[in-house]
Amino acid sequence: MTLLSTPRSAVELAGKGRPLKEHLFRIALLCSLAIALLFLAMLIFYVVEQGWPRLNSMLWENQPSIRRPETSGIQSGILGTLWIIALTAVMALPTGILAAIYLEEYADKTKWYNRLIELNISNLAAVPSIVYGILGLGIIARWMQFGFTIMTGAMTISLLVLPIVIISAREAIRAVPPSIREGSLALGATQWQTIYRQVLPAAVPGIATGSILALSRAIGEAAPFLMLGAATMVRFNPEGVWSSFSVLPLQIYTFITRPQPEYAVLAAAAIVVLLVILLLMNSVAIWLRNRYQKRW
Amino acid sequence: MAASHRAAAPGTGRSLARSRPRYGETVIKAILLLAALVSVATTIGIVAALLEPTIEFFGAVTFGEFFGSTSWGPLFKDPTFGVWPLIVATLEITLIAIVVAVPLGLAAAIYLSEYATPRVRKIFKPVLEVLAGVPTVVFGFFALTFVTPLLRDLFPFLDLEAKNALGAGLLVGVMIIPIVASLSEDAMAAVPNGLREGSFALGASKMLTSVRVVVPAAFSGIVAAIILAVSRAAGETMIVAIAGGFKSVFTLYPGNEMATMAAFIAQAGSGDVSVGTIGYKTIFAVGSLLFLMTFAMNYASARMVQKYREVYD
Repeated sequence: MTLLSTPRSAVELAGKGRPLKEHLFRIALLCSLAIALLFLAMLIFYVVEQGWPRLNSMLWENQPSIRRPETSGIQSGILGTLWIIALTAVMALPTGILAAIYLEEYADKTKWYNRLIELNISNLAAVPSIVYGILGLGIIARWMQFGFTIMTGAMTISLLVLPIVIISAREAIRAVPPSIREGSLALGATQWQTIYRQVLPAAVPGIATGSILALSRAIGEAAPFLMLGAATMVRFNPEGVWSSFSVLPLQIYTFITRPQPEYAVLAAAAIVVLLVILLLMNSVAIWLRNRYQKRW
Repeated sequence: MAASHRAAAPGTGRSLARSRPRYGETVIKAILLLAALVSVATTIGIVAALLEPTIEFFGAVTFGEFFGSTSWGPLFKDPTFGVWPLIVATLEITLIAIVVAVPLGLAAAIYLSEYATPRVRKIFKPVLEVLAGVPTVVFGFFALTFVTPLLRDLFPFLDLEAKNALGAGLLVGVMIIPIVASLSEDAMAAVPNGLREGSFALGASKMLTSVRVVVPAAFSGIVAAIILAVSRAAGETMIVAIAGGFKSVFTLYPGNEMATMAAFIAQAGSGDVSVGTIGYKTIFAVGSLLFLMTFAMNYASARMVQKYREVYD
């Protein structure tokens, strides 16, 4: 052994004494990870297998029905989810990104109110989604009198995903090295010009990835909608932001709670639709990250 | 504004501060601050939504009855308001979830941080993200129609009910694995390489280095991750509503059907409880309790990261 041995060879050297224990440990770690993966694979296989008989055009062409599970569809749920996501994107993404810019570029960390905002956001990110449902019910639906409408649902979900958007956008902005900002400021750009023309363009891939992941969380949420009067089998499509509505995860929940076995099949088929949407969004986010993320 | 703008230009004595104020910049900063304040408004909104009905609730039901009895049936004809069955169910399901998630999540984190090559990490991390993104109704469906029947076949002596705490808790555990794994991995990745190299130089093996050096060095981050996962598990709604059931009996046996706090809120909130009744206010009282519990845990987790984080370099 030379004196300049790398840590790697040092490991091999140290490992000689008890190779078996080392191996077992490594295998145990790998198994833990494998269990999580295997579980995910099993879950996907199971819902596809269960839902297979109902994975046909009736699913998205028909409306849900209380009496006919074998021809019942999920059209109103798919459209309701699309409405909610579109509105959430319009409301939560700009607000979250602006807040992230404030916290990363302007906020003076020594000021108590900025520290309060930060602590508050990390707290909100972990508040149970059912509590957001109570917020939507008590404040948006009743106090602001928006009722049980798409608007109420979208505002509630926007508040729910806002902390996630802020946290991920902050990470993306923080990853832009200070030298870029300093260069821009040195050339006479104002702070906003620096942010708008240098920092944000460099942070866009990261912000986009985080935003897509946040919206995919919004798509899967069901608990807040339970509180917002969207639980019934809505048999019409939403016509505007003041229309009553249902969303896909909630329709799935309603199907699961019905006793007839046909509804379990329908629930599995609807879950496949939901998972396909989510997997597509996740793949786009991961692709964006791998394709455009710069290492400075 | 950064302090550097105010500094005098060297040799001239002239201030480098702007000669005239730029109102546009100030307006922009104000708009950005306003966006950041939406989050504060959200917290105020949550507290406001919870507070009034909760106060009204405790006007009708005493603290002593709420926390001092073990019979829960606020929506019955003869309502009872002992909240302990809900608390016990919540704690029990959370405990089962933690027993599942902490070993698996921590092991996955050690593997990803200490053993995996960059290529392996690049494959596994997105998969964990996908697992984190699976909607909880899906886990609930899986628990109710696959895991519980499987457990009943494998262990008939457990005497599991069709809906039970065990099946729900296991799936809540799977749901929080990605939280434990990814946050712990972040904490371990922040441990500087010098510590590992020092450990190797003293002859420690990779396993010893991981377990005795890296994990203790990242301990506060790991604890914060676990607290956050506990908080997520305690507030999880759909899995427990689907697979854990709504029956609130004061029981410890995980094979029984039991309603958690979140499950009760979901059940009562989606049912036809009329506004203004005591049943309606109960939703908010239980909501306040859940909010306070998770809030305390989130706060502890955030403080843990802030205060006890070892700062290297």
